[in-house]
Amino acid sequence: MKSVVDLQMVSHQFGKKIVLSNITLSINKGEIFGLLGPSGSGKTTVVKLITGLLKPSDGSVYINGEKMPSLAQMKRYGFMAQSDALYLELTGKENLDFFASIYRLNKQEKKQRIRKVMEMVDLTDHIDQIVETYSGGMKRRLSLAAALLHDPELIILDEPTVGIDPVLRKSIWDELRQLKDKGVTIILTTHVMDEAEKCDRLAMLREGQVIAMNTPEKLKSDCHATTIEDVFLHYGGAAQ
Amino acid sequence: MNTWTITRRIFTQFRRDKRSMALMILAPIFVFTLMWLVLDSDENTLEIATIGVPSSFTEHLSAEEDVNVTSLSEAEAKEEIAEATIDAFILWKDGQPAVTIEGSDPNITSSIKDLLQNANREVSSDPFEVYFWHGSDDLELFDYIGPVLIGFFVFFFVFIVGGVSFLRERTQGTLERILSTPLKRSELVFGYLLGFGLFTILQSFLIAAYSIYVLDVYMEGYFLYVLLVTFLLALTALCLGTLLSAFAKNEFQMIQFIPLVIVPQVFFSGLFPIEGMAYWLQAIGKVMPLTYGAEALRGIMLRSEGFADFQSPLYILLGFIILFTVLNIFALKRHRSL
Repeated sequence: MKSVVDLQMVSHQFGKKIVLSNITLSINKGEIFGLLGPSGSGKTTVVKLITGLLKPSDGSVYINGEKMPSLAQMKRYGFMAQSDALYLELTGKENLDFFASIYRLNKQEKKQRIRKVMEMVDLTDHIDQIVETYSGGMKRRLSLAAALLHDPELIILDEPTVGIDPVLRKSIWDELRQLKDKGVTIILTTHVMDEAEKCDRLAMLREGQVIAMNTPEKLKSDCHATTIEDVFLHYGGAAQ
Repeated sequence: MNTWTITRRIFTQFRRDKRSMALMILAPIFVFTLMWLVLDSDENTLEIATIGVPSSFTEHLSAEEDVNVTSLSEAEAKEEIAEATIDAFILWKDGQPAVTIEGSDPNITSSIKDLLQNANREVSSDPFEVYFWHGSDDLELFDYIGPVLIGFFVFFFVFIVGGVSFLRERTQGTLERILSTPLKRSELVFGYLLGFGLFTILQSFLIAAYSIYVLDVYMEGYFLYVLLVTFLLALTALCLGTLLSAFAKNEFQMIQFIPLVIVPQVFFSGLFPIEGMAYWLQAIGKVMPLTYGAEALRGIMLRSEGFADFQSPLYILLGFIILFTVLNIFALKRHRSL
């Protein structure tokens, strides 16, 4: 299988504090790859390293074989940050229009894609509303829409479903699966165990180290656990 | 052009955030008007008592503007001056005037000295004919500091609004978000420069036009030159504000730069005379952008300087703009090394 993202012996530290140590993983084309771990385990740092916002202190990160950071590769992924990262004074549409312009979508594409992604996240009725008046969940969905806007082949989502109601969460997952079927690679972080189960493959992160990595089923059967939480306890306990 | 995309977004944000726009245009005009009301008001009437002064001299005194002369006895005069109801009394002794001034207000003291000199000259001999190379007889204090104030207010408000806007890009997470796109760091900085730059042209125009044509601040030179200098000063403030915002964690820390960066410039930019200061102290003013803006503005407005005369401070301002912009593009490396 062709790998899209490769991390090789990646370590990262902020000042003297080591946040990631020696992470090697590769993410294949067309899979939904989950990074699972409690807050402070280094999930967001991994995401920032993949997006090229951070340069690893040690080791290297590649997207499509090109070493990050690279402006050419930045065009090819869509990123949804942990904070909503929206311009509150602007309407939903103006926010998307701004991001679409940065990705150099032409007028026709812009119109079409904005309509499409707003339908995906069910915000069509609120498209001309100022984002300041959005609820937390609506902002989260608009952020997601912005990440999907330029129809990227790789989508990186940092805690995408926080604050989103179960019905909508399900529909977002359905959308992600549809994208996956079209060959889009999806990386997402989560601290919700049952959400992790929906991923094709999982990397469990604890204190900056990958403690286990496999498909959810395999992870469970390997240590005779019934839930992902048990798996985490199993490996997390063993690491101590 | 991604630069233009950023610029367009800033415009939309301005349109929505009317309050910030008002801060940049109406606040300077408001404060400027207040200062004008305080500094440009007519001077107090001087209360002067005379004791045994010949009427020829008294007539000359009374002929001056804003002077009220009363004849008192020495005891009365001393009592009134102690209560500060009169500003000075003149006692005629052996054919010579002896003046006692109340003396607690230096402005009144110097007015009285001027007044007496004038009166004395007219009595004794032919008065000098006085001509003005620049300015005129009725140039007020406000006319002298007005040019500096125009520069200062533009600088101050652009610094605050520009700095905080750029900082908010970081605190609300959008900086990280747009740096995870193919946007170049320079495009972001230039987008801000262009967006705010176009806006500050409008701001500079309104503030300069208001002070010159409405408040009637003394103005000898070309309005367009005033606009040019004010605009460059605004751009300098914008670059400096956005650059310094990189060193602030939040809006509160941004405000903390005011006493450090803005207030010292007021003291060294020529609002107060610094010629008498030690050389190294004067040198402090040389690293401050406002000094050059104020110098050029004063040249244009008070001395009707042409482009050739005020161009060197302009080049220095341009130098500041380039320096701060480059530093800013470099400072953004902290958020994305590329």
